[in-house]
Amino acid sequence: MTLLSLSQVGKRFASAQKGGGTQALDRLSFEVPAGQFVSLLGPSGCGKSTALRLAAGLLEPDAGTIAYPQGKPETAFVFQEPTLMPWADTLTNARLPLDLKHIARSEANSRAEESLARVGLKGFERAYPRELSGGMKMRVSLARALVARPRLLLLDEPFAALDEITRNGLGEDLLRLWREDGLTVLFVTHSVAESSYLSQRVLVMTGRPGRIAADIKLPDGRDTRLAQPTIDAQRIIGDALNTAMAA
Amino acid sequence: MKRLLDIALPVTVAVLLLGAWEWAVAHWQVPPYLLPAPSAIAQALASNSASLMQALTATFLITIEGFFGALAAAIALGILFSQSRLIERSLYPYAVILQVTPVVAIAPLILIWVGFERVNLALSLLAGAIAFFPILSNVTLGLKSVDHNLTDLARLYGASRWQLLRNVQLPSALPYLLNGMKTGGVIALIGEVTAEFAAGSGTATGLAWRITESSNRLEIATTFAALALLAALGIAIFAALSLLEWALLRRWHESAISRQS
Repeated sequence: MTLLSLSQVGKRFASAQKGGGTQALDRLSFEVPAGQFVSLLGPSGCGKSTALRLAAGLLEPDAGTIAYPQGKPETAFVFQEPTLMPWADTLTNARLPLDLKHIARSEANSRAEESLARVGLKGFERAYPRELSGGMKMRVSLARALVARPRLLLLDEPFAALDEITRNGLGEDLLRLWREDGLTVLFVTHSVAESSYLSQRVLVMTGRPGRIAADIKLPDGRDTRLAQPTIDAQRIIGDALNTAMAA
Repeated sequence: MKRLLDIALPVTVAVLLLGAWEWAVAHWQVPPYLLPAPSAIAQALASNSASLMQALTATFLITIEGFFGALAAAIALGILFSQSRLIERSLYPYAVILQVTPVVAIAPLILIWVGFERVNLALSLLAGAIAFFPILSNVTLGLKSVDHNLTDLARLYGASRWQLLRNVQLPSALPYLLNGMKTGGVIALIGEVTAEFAAGSGTATGLAWRITESSNRLEIATTFAALALLAALGIAIFAALSLLEWALLRRWHESAISRQS
C-alpha cells in the first residue's frame, strides 16, 4: 500500500543572475509504502530537503507528479531547527496545529499535554522555548508534529544541530513513536550511522541534479546501534554512497 | 547596589551642576532675563504652577492623541503591506515622502485646512504625522521578519491569512512594533511642540506657547520652567513605553532578558 509516490519529479530554482539557476531535482522517482521508516541520505545540497518539501506540498514540482494513492494523509513536518514560537510557552507551541484547525481549546490543551508527556516533557508546559535546552526544544517540535495525529511524518535533518548523546536519545524516542503510532516516516539525514539504525530502508541521493542512486532495504536485527546487523548496514550504505559519489 | 548607583550617580551630577549654576549666576550677577538661577526657575514653576500644569496637560493630551492615531494608522497600513506586495510598492514611497518633509513646512497648510478654531486637532495631526513613519517602518519590518519555517508550518496545517497574521506574524512583529512606538512616542512630542510654534499664539494653550509667550516678555525663568516640564514629559513618555516593552517581552525576547551572571 503506497502512501506517497514521486514520479519523474523535477524542480528548478531560479537565481538572480541571468541564465543562472539550479536544477535541484531531475526525474526523481520513489515510493513510500504506508508504515515504512525511510531515510533519504545524501550530501549537503543534493536536493533531499527539496524532495521533502515537495512531499509535504510546501513546494510545487516543475515536472512530474507527486501522488498520495490513499488520499492526502495528515502530514507533519519537523525542521532542522526547532522552529518554535519564542513568545509562546511549550503548551501553546505544541498546540499550534490544533489551534490552526479550530479544535476546541480544552481538547487541544489535553491533546497537547498528552503529546508533550509522550516526548518526556511533562511538567514543562508553562516553560518558554528560551528556558529549554536544544534537545528539549526539539522534543517540543516533535510533540507539536505528533499532536495532530499525522500518518506521514517528514523530518528534515532534525537532530543535525544537536550533540551526539542528545541525538541518540531523540533517535530512540522517534523509533518508539513510529512503532506506537504506526507512522510513515520520511527522514532526511546526512548521517550514515543514523540512517542505518533508525530506518527500514535507505534511499541514497546524489546531487546536482538530485536523483536516487541506490535503494537499500536494511536487514532486521538492528536492535541497538552497535548490533552486528547495524554495523553491517552501515557498511552497505557507506559503500553505496561512495559508489554514487564517485559515479 | 548596582541599581542604587544607577540612580545615585546621575542625581549627584545634577546636584553638582545645579549648585555650580546657582553659584555662577550669583557670583557674576548674571541678569535674570539672560540666565535665571535654578532657585528662580523653581520659584517661577511654583508661582505659575496652575497655568503651567494646564499647558502641560494640553501638550500631553494633544501628543497622546496624535501618537495613538499614528499607531492605529501605522499598524493598519503595516498589516495591509504584509498582505499585498502590490499595495506596499504603491504606497510606501508616499510614507517616506511624508517622513522626509519637515513637519514645520506642512504645519501652515494643515492649520488652514483644519481651521484655527480646531487648532488642537491640527496639532494632533502634525504630531501624528511625524510619529507615523518610525512605527510603520518597524511594523512592516517586523511582519516581514517571520521565521519562514513557521510560516510553512502554518500553511501545512491549512492556516488562513487571518490565522497566520494572528498566530504567527503579529506576535513576531511585536518587538519591532514596541521599538517603533518608543521612537514614535518621543518624536510625537517633538512634532507637537514644533507644530505649536508654527501655529503661533492663536488659540494654542500648550507648553510651547508658554515658552514663546514668556520669552517675549523676558520672563526667562518661566521659559526654563516650561522647558523643564517638556523634558519631564518626554522622559515620562519614553519611560512608560519602555515599561510597556519590558512587560510584554520579558518572558521571551532577548532584548528584555537580563542575563544572570
